[in-house]
Amino acid sequence: MIKFENITKTYPGRKGNPPIVALENVSFEVKEKEFVSIVGRSGAGKTTLLKLLLAEEKPTQGQIFFDGVDVHKIKSAKLPKLRRKIGAVFQDYKLLSQKTAYENIAYVMEVIGASDEEIARDAAAVLEIVGLTDRANNFLAELSGGERQRVAIARALIHRPQVILADEPTGNLDPYHALDIIRLLLKIQEMGTTVILATHNKEIINLLAKRVISLDKGKVIRDEEKGRFIL
Amino acid sequence: MLTTLKRVLKSAWLNFTRDGELSLATIFIILVAIALATSLFLLKDISQFLISSLREKADISVYFKEATREEEILDVKEEISKLPEIREVKYISKDQALESFTEKHSQDPVLMESLEEVGENPFLAALNIKAWEINQYGVISRFLEHPSFENLIEKVDYYQRKPVIEKIFSLTSMANKAGILLSAILVVVAVLVTFNTIRLAIYNSREEIKIQKLVGAGNWFIRGPFLVQGLISGFFAALICLLIFSTISWFISPRIEFFFPGFNLFSLFAKNLWTLFLIQLIGGILLGIISSALAIRRYLRV
Repeated sequence: MIKFENITKTYPGRKGNPPIVALENVSFEVKEKEFVSIVGRSGAGKTTLLKLLLAEEKPTQGQIFFDGVDVHKIKSAKLPKLRRKIGAVFQDYKLLSQKTAYENIAYVMEVIGASDEEIARDAAAVLEIVGLTDRANNFLAELSGGERQRVAIARALIHRPQVILADEPTGNLDPYHALDIIRLLLKIQEMGTTVILATHNKEIINLLAKRVISLDKGKVIRDEEKGRFIL
Repeated sequence: MLTTLKRVLKSAWLNFTRDGELSLATIFIILVAIALATSLFLLKDISQFLISSLREKADISVYFKEATREEEILDVKEEISKLPEIREVKYISKDQALESFTEKHSQDPVLMESLEEVGENPFLAALNIKAWEINQYGVISRFLEHPSFENLIEKVDYYQRKPVIEKIFSLTSMANKAGILLSAILVVVAVLVTFNTIRLAIYNSREEIKIQKLVGAGNWFIRGPFLVQGLISGFFAALICLLIFSTISWFISPRIEFFFPGFNLFSLFAKNLWTLFLIQLIGGILLGIISSALAIRRYLRV
């Protein structure tokens, strides 16, 4: 379903410095309905991988396929269609600061053209799932880091995307909530969604016992079914 | 489609009200721009009125000798009227001249006394001549200097008046040109300031725009609310501008009329109300929308 082929991504270095290599010759495939964790230290290239898949950035070399289509050959007018199939939880949340928690979640539904009834129903349900029902009408500035993260998760789920990309979705959560979110991701995957989880949370990885791709300095150093967190 | 439109409008209104200070700043800047355009419009009318009223006042008088009989004067009047340059000729008899003089200076005891001292009517009968164009007075006065009139006419006051008349005309036309040029420059400056204010406002939202792109919103779904916000700002600016101008013209209209009798700023304003409002509305809205559209372009390339 998702295929990275010989992906290399370098960022130009500041004048005089050599270019920074974020990813080097990375290849792997994610099958439909799979649960894949990508682990690695900070700066190993996890976030870059997700950015490339969302076509937020272009790879220096290589190709990424989504359902057989080269993501970076899609015309910009068609890009929204691809992005609507992916629910992303960004490491820095990327929530709309002018909107309330509810509006942030509803926005994705508005984008895909859902009816008002569907939005009202699904938003309430998703808020309930992430435990933010009583925070629905608070603006982002009024929410704690953990609450914002849960809003970001709710936004990624609500439109039932084919793939969920979660970049450190538990980074700001206490262990109790973190576990809840991971259980939620597992449940979503069981119901037929592909999940790609980038994290450096050792306990969670070891608990999951699912496929783990380990990145180090931009290279894939391990790719194991039922992997463990080893660095 | 209808749902999308509804959502765009709703989102625009929410953004507009939530970012009140920024919206207010935008409205104010657009207001300045269209207020300048409006004053340019009014200035044009005012100066046109001034010039035509000055033209109205410019004239020359032909004074006839004491001995000239009224019929002779009327004959001359007849003859002059045939000239194509003449707009109006008015005969003022000795008695009329005296009458208007006493009426004008009845409050001035010195003048009245000296008039009594003279004993008889010291005024000469005259023809008051108005031409269509200022440069036609030379032709008319040359015509009157013809030898056939020599024993009838005492003097033509063209040469005394000429410098004054010409000076006033060159001054008004210069002031007019300078005013229009200045306003035009100001309008251009105001438009640029508006554009840049809106650009800064949207620069402020660049992160939001990027996020909207990343969650799959189409360009028009993102751009729409910004354009509508520009439209709303333009609309309010036009409304406020109209309000300010009608209030100001209402208050200063009597004062201006005192200086330029017959010129009523408020009625001029009221007469052109809809044209003005339309200019302001279209100007304000276009300014808001075009600035937003131009400013947002670069942030949509994610």
